[in-house]
Amino acid sequence: MAAKSNFGSMVIVLTLTCLICSALLAGVYALTAKPIADTNSRNLKASIAAVLPEGVEISDGMEIEVGGQKSVYYVASKDGETVAYAIQSTTTGFGGALTLMVGLQPDGVVYNTSVLSHSETPGLGAKCTTDKKFMDQWKGFDTSSKILSVKKDGGDVDAITASTITSRAYTLAVKNAAEALKTIGGQTND
Amino acid sequence: MTKLQLITKGLVKDNPTFVLVLGMCPTLATTTSAINGLSMGLATLFVLFLSNMAISAIAPAVPDKVHIPVYIVVIATFVTLLQFLMQAYVPGIYNTLGLFIPLIVVNCIILGRAEAFAARNGVIDSACDGLGVGLGFTASLTIIGMIREILGSGSIFGWKFISGDGMLAFVMAPGAFLVLGYLMVLFNKYLKK
Repeated sequence: MAAKSNFGSMVIVLTLTCLICSALLAGVYALTAKPIADTNSRNLKASIAAVLPEGVEISDGMEIEVGGQKSVYYVASKDGETVAYAIQSTTTGFGGALTLMVGLQPDGVVYNTSVLSHSETPGLGAKCTTDKKFMDQWKGFDTSSKILSVKKDGGDVDAITASTITSRAYTLAVKNAAEALKTIGGQTND
Repeated sequence: MTKLQLITKGLVKDNPTFVLVLGMCPTLATTTSAINGLSMGLATLFVLFLSNMAISAIAPAVPDKVHIPVYIVVIATFVTLLQFLMQAYVPGIYNTLGLFIPLIVVNCIILGRAEAFAARNGVIDSACDGLGVGLGFTASLTIIGMIREILGSGSIFGWKFISGDGMLAFVMAPGAFLVLGYLMVLFNKYLKK
């Protein structure tokens, strides 16, 4: 049965337990740190590549303000010419933060969008990652001529059925990215 | 009790979900689909199996007054270890379960088994107990997940057999309570004599 409790034995047992446990964790951390970093950078690269044309060179992330928040953007270039930008944009959806990667051409036409992370309701708002009709409407969406709000609010975006709040957040994220694009455009044109 | 009995009692007689009614938070939250329930069950099984063995091995040397902090440190270590491994090798499942992996630390099944069984029994018996209870938890979560997925999304293990939506309520929180409640009734009526 359990050993007798006195100050000495308690200190020794607790210290030893914590020491062994932290050593074990440090070891496993060292082993898994590289695969974890690899997976994360691969995921990020895949999500950037998904919203940009194929066969382009993607720059390192650069800081930008999107919708009043600090964010990053990447420049895609082909033969030295800028063909598109991938802008990360975060808004608040129904269940929490909704983070998108928005691929935009310099003229403000959306190339494609993808969801980096979300916490929307499964089966409803979470469809923003699977609903073909909703996702495909972004390809070629001209942010300069069309109105960026859902049809219910008088805009040109088809909302996901029964998920207006998520659709609004998604639309706002694209809108913020499109507005941020103007600040980039201004810088590069000068 | 034989080793086999130790394993099987966790599946039916001492089923952690339907009989002991422990670990309800992950049960309700992660069973939105069969694969999520299965992954959460297996993650818990991994921690339970290792922590039961480790705790039964060190229990005789642990002073009574500090046994809870020591057990918690041991359990937390295995959970963090699991978190690193999942993040590195199965990032997809890690992202889905997210928050609920660190919460395994405070899952009462694990501390419950450590206190009630591992601290008083040998390493092999504790390993069997951990395996049994872990399998019971995995089976329960998979069944709940399957039923919720079939009714709520019209699919099973991600394979869709109807087009369109199912009864969405089953994927959301109310469905979790309904399915759990009915399964508990059926389980206690027919299986647990």
